[in-house]
Amino acid sequence: MEYKLTYKEYREALKQNKLLGLKCQNCGSVTVPPKLVCRSCASMDLEVLELKGAGKIQTFTTCNVASEGRESEVPYTILLVELDEGPWLMGNLTGVDPEKATMETLIGKRVKMTETRIFPGDKYSAGEGASPTFVLEA
Amino acid sequence: MRKVAVVGVGETKFSGPQERTSVELFAEAAAEALTESNLKPKDIQALYLGNVLGDFSEGQGSMQAFAAENIGCFNVPANRYEGACASASMAVRDAWMWVASGFYDVVLAGGVERAATMGTPLATRTFAMFSDSRYEFPSGITFPAVFAMLAHLYAAKYGVPLPKLKEQLAAVSVQSYKYGMFNPQAHLRKEVTMEAVLSSFMVSTPLQLHDCCPFSDGAAALVLASEETAKKLTSKPVFVVGAGQASNGPLANQQEYLPRLRARELSAKQAYEMAGLKPEDIDICELHDCFSIASLIAAESLGFFDYGTSGEAWAKGEADIGGKVAINTSGGLKAKGHPIGATGAGQVYEIAKQLREEVEPERQVEGGRIGMTDTLGGDGCTLVNLILQRGW
Ligand SMILES: [Zn+2]
Repeated sequence: MEYKLTYKEYREALKQNKLLGLKCQNCGSVTVPPKLVCRSCASMDLEVLELKGAGKIQTFTTCNVASEGRESEVPYTILLVELDEGPWLMGNLTGVDPEKATMETLIGKRVKMTETRIFPGDKYSAGEGASPTFVLEA
Repeated sequence: MRKVAVVGVGETKFSGPQERTSVELFAEAAAEALTESNLKPKDIQALYLGNVLGDFSEGQGSMQAFAAENIGCFNVPANRYEGACASASMAVRDAWMWVASGFYDVVLAGGVERAATMGTPLATRTFAMFSDSRYEFPSGITFPAVFAMLAHLYAAKYGVPLPKLKEQLAAVSVQSYKYGMFNPQAHLRKEVTMEAVLSSFMVSTPLQLHDCCPFSDGAAALVLASEETAKKLTSKPVFVVGAGQASNGPLANQQEYLPRLRARELSAKQAYEMAGLKPEDIDICELHDCFSIASLIAAESLGFFDYGTSGEAWAKGEADIGGKVAINTSGGLKAKGHPIGATGAGQVYEIAKQLREEVEPERQVEGGRIGMTDTLGGDGCTLVNLILQRGW
């Protein structure tokens, strides 16, 4: 069985500000981030799909205490975004002062992907990572 | 399947950074559990040990083998369990299963952690390893940030205005601190007021310092035995009458189910069905309050209160002694502490002591017959529930 979309392929696309996922040929669901199977029906009959990278904020937090090695990043805002294609995705918010992020200004608001934030990696992370990064739609 | 009882329990004080090794901490808890069980180390047929971060806190892997030898359980099969904060409950559930199956008669289960010794920066980094390292850690996710997002989602989904939810959450922490005051095993033993909670440092919006449990050092151990063996060892066996466990993947993939955690609802259902019991049958519950909001989410999924209403239940005393169900009479993870590899065994320790009516009078539930534990690993990746019943 071929693994359709690896972490490396997903991350490299994200670094180009492109969000890839998997479209199930059995039930039509979209799975992101990638897995061996469709997360709705467990089918392995999947095709790679480029998502629009837009959706609406379901929840957020502004984080003031970071992990060891990432202290200089605070404060930063993390989001769970419900993408237009269905899946929820974790990412960061840019363009809004993290100290001014509130439920009223963010929850339910539309966002779209912008330049991806890169995590350069640390001694535990087996290399770099990429975080989907969003801005509020005008 | 045979009936299985907890016949002896032991626990260290949970604490901040301290100098005893993990093996020494576990040895103290194990010796107490063995003494209570009227057993010698040679009577133990296997050791199941929760330990999550020994590799990082002490540079020690394979803690289970060193612990087994240290306490005189020479050459027994020894297994280490890693399910983040639910590790010890996984160990207890497997110990129950192997005794229930008839393969073993007497198993020692428990856990140990030195999370406080690691210090906040490394502890925060390693706790973040329980989130998806490839797809979610790059965003800077931390453990408080997971529950902070669930808190905002809870407020939005159930229509509880955030200032009101914040007060409800503070009341949860105040109740836990109140019981921690009377528990000599507790890590944090101080009175904390609503005002103090609401003016504490903002860790990850909307969760403040007093909404979060501490990083703790500590160990807990239990001896599980078959009913036949238990009868010979103790007049007060505490039977494991229900057990459940379930898993789940990355936080975002739980999507519309959030802020509920699906693995908990599957696990709790297994435990209730096995026991033939309902939420209203539970007298005492130790649930996984790693953050104040986690208490509300847990109490609802365990069936004690309706979705979106458990903040009011806490405020009305329904989660307190004398209420619908006495929750976290130990002080919970918030005040008793959270040495992650030991936490679940510590919850069973509290339930056993409560059912035996051996805790301090200020926090004793009178006449309790049935207790439950709820242990959550990571952001819902591992959930374990146990139901325990007094056997006399
Ligand atoms: Zn499918």
